[in-house]
Amino acid sequence: MYEYFHDLAFAVFPYIAGTVFLVGSLIRFEKSQYTWKSNTTQLMSGGTRFRWGINLFHIGIIVLFFGHLLGLLTPTVVYSTFMSVGAKQLVAIVTGGLFGLITLVGVGILLHRRLTDPRVRKTSYPMDSFILILLAAQLITGLFTIPVSMGHLDGQVMQQITAWAQGLVTFQTGAAATIYDIHWIYKIHMFLGMVMFLVFPFTRLVHIWSVPYGYIWRAWQVVRARAV
Amino acid sequence: MKVRAQIGKVLNLDKCIGCHTCSVTCKNVWTSREGMEYVWFNNVETKPGVGYPKDWENQARWNGGWSVKSGKLQPKAGSKWRILANIFANPDLPSIDDYYEPFNYDYQRLHNAPDSKHQPVAKPFSALTGYPMDKIEWGPNWEEILGGEFEKRSQDYNFAKVQKEIYGQFENTFMMYLPRLCEHCLNPSCVASCPSGAIYKREEDGIVLIDQDKCRGWRMCISGCPYKKIYYNWQSGKSEKCTFCFPRIEVGEPTVCSETCVGRIRYLGVILYDADRIHEAASTASEQDLYEQQMRVFLDPHDPQVVEAAKAEGVPQQWLEAAQRSPVYKMAMDWKVAFPLHPEYRTLPMVWYIPPLSPIQSAADAGNIDSEGLIPNVGSLRIPVKYLANMLTAGDERPVIKALERMLAMRKFKRSQTVDGEPDYKVLEQVGLSEEMVEDMYQIMAIANYEDRFDIPTASKELSAEDPYGERSGCGFSFGDGCNVSSNGTTKVDIFGGRRASQRAFPARVEFKTREKEKEGQT
Repeated sequence: MYEYFHDLAFAVFPYIAGTVFLVGSLIRFEKSQYTWKSNTTQLMSGGTRFRWGINLFHIGIIVLFFGHLLGLLTPTVVYSTFMSVGAKQLVAIVTGGLFGLITLVGVGILLHRRLTDPRVRKTSYPMDSFILILLAAQLITGLFTIPVSMGHLDGQVMQQITAWAQGLVTFQTGAAATIYDIHWIYKIHMFLGMVMFLVFPFTRLVHIWSVPYGYIWRAWQVVRARAV
Repeated sequence: MKVRAQIGKVLNLDKCIGCHTCSVTCKNVWTSREGMEYVWFNNVETKPGVGYPKDWENQARWNGGWSVKSGKLQPKAGSKWRILANIFANPDLPSIDDYYEPFNYDYQRLHNAPDSKHQPVAKPFSALTGYPMDKIEWGPNWEEILGGEFEKRSQDYNFAKVQKEIYGQFENTFMMYLPRLCEHCLNPSCVASCPSGAIYKREEDGIVLIDQDKCRGWRMCISGCPYKKIYYNWQSGKSEKCTFCFPRIEVGEPTVCSETCVGRIRYLGVILYDADRIHEAASTASEQDLYEQQMRVFLDPHDPQVVEAAKAEGVPQQWLEAAQRSPVYKMAMDWKVAFPLHPEYRTLPMVWYIPPLSPIQSAADAGNIDSEGLIPNVGSLRIPVKYLANMLTAGDERPVIKALERMLAMRKFKRSQTVDGEPDYKVLEQVGLSEEMVEDMYQIMAIANYEDRFDIPTASKELSAEDPYGERSGCGFSFGDGCNVSSNGTTKVDIFGGRRASQRAFPARVEFKTREKEKEGQT
């Protein structure tokens, strides 16, 4: 039974979540771009609390996102020449722990603001609070993996998880088997991570797709000519 | 030379009576929606005052407009990297309290209040939270007719280098109205500060619009606009701004604010400008030269070379003819009585203002009118010239004095002509006007017939590649996601947070909510 649910969560669910994430984003962008937004509430309450919360959160989460992306998907051969697996795990623990804490402080401030500021609370969608709670849960479980990881600094568990992630993105059946015996805290963290992808197209998170890097190369002025 | 055409606008402040008809009609048409309760695309401020939002003119605080740093023009908020670095939290963003907390009144309470000793009253409640508001701290027009104490109103940015204390005294007080809307600038800083590139200027008529689909709510435009005429719709999460009523302009009708103006103070007409000169003009070192520089960007529609170049750029014949008749061009360029609002922001605004005349100070009025030859000295007018110059010419008093003198001369000449029966030509000589010019001025500025105020060529849809026939039974103009079918499901909010176009919540629908504390107090 446990095996069945394990496979459901780590072999089938990742593809469901990934598909909803990609196809859902595409449909929303195509059919309802008017709803595609960062949905800022700075106008309602933009004091020091907001500024600290939002900046800490974003700086932290960006580092965490790219940390996970690189950490999970970089094949061992790429870094093995200059770094041992154990060293990589230590780097992950230190940066993940540090930025995890920064992000958690940010999320805490933002969640407090969203729930206690009447202007923010009354003008936000339930999804806005939900996503903050989900992020907080994700951060807490992520931070709780650190003490467990400290127990095995050889990086073996990390290798199992990266093998799983790389197996998933390269469509290899049996990827879920590689993480069958890891600690449950990792599994919760990973499952919540996939839930995040699942709900992504239905939340304000879609603004992540729209990082305005094009602004850097653009001319200051935009003039639209009528189609002639 | 790259000729482009724009529908420019002039507001004759000398005739504004502060009735707010422009604001109200605009509000009814454009911003009477959830998320936009606090928004006035057009508002009328009583000056001196801090305005709406509070202290909007003070760019040391909001970092709107442009600055020239070592000869290079860039938004005052900083370089592109700097703007992007602030994208999580815009440090210059006004808060809702800088505008005002929008409110409604609980009229139902008048119907269903229980028996009581006192007459029930319709209490105000916040349109944001639905909570009752014990005290309304600020409103859309809090300083109306010099409301509030002088101490606060004197924070007005235009009092720079004016000994303002004496204007707090009853005998010396002065006021004027300033109707404001989006300036549809030639060098808009909102466009420059939009990371998504959602804001654009239309090439064919110069109207600045926000693409509602492309806007991502990074809210840099709100602080980037020095006139604070871009607003955040908290319901849709997008920025919105004055559209210059483009669906009306396209068919040759004036904007709603202009159409309904009771004082007939608003003028619309075509201005031809040289797009190649914009950058140079906006980069001018001295702020006081910006007014002159902007006039150099405008092109003479009677110049055959300009006409030729305009045709080559595809400006329709109808537009060229309108440019030659344009009341806006006449007031700004021929008579030089209209000025840009705060040219020092370097956005090259396209809504210009004719400064108001004001009564001669009582002291002078009592005995010896201090006059310079034939017309009274404009220095003795009740509204200080320096104040007007700070508003319209970055503090250079000379052009403002000249304009006021011309307006005084026009009055004096017409009075001598119609009342005395002996036209006084000397007064015209003094201000450098010909009789023909002053008669035209009188016709357009004083009589101000509808057809003289508005000369708007239609949008020449026949030149568009899109087949207008297909628009015949199309969805037409609508707010928000309007025509989009994705939000037409059975639920109020679709899975992506979109709302049904047919069921938009309006501010008046917010239910009255009683706080627990108040409930206890009543029972």
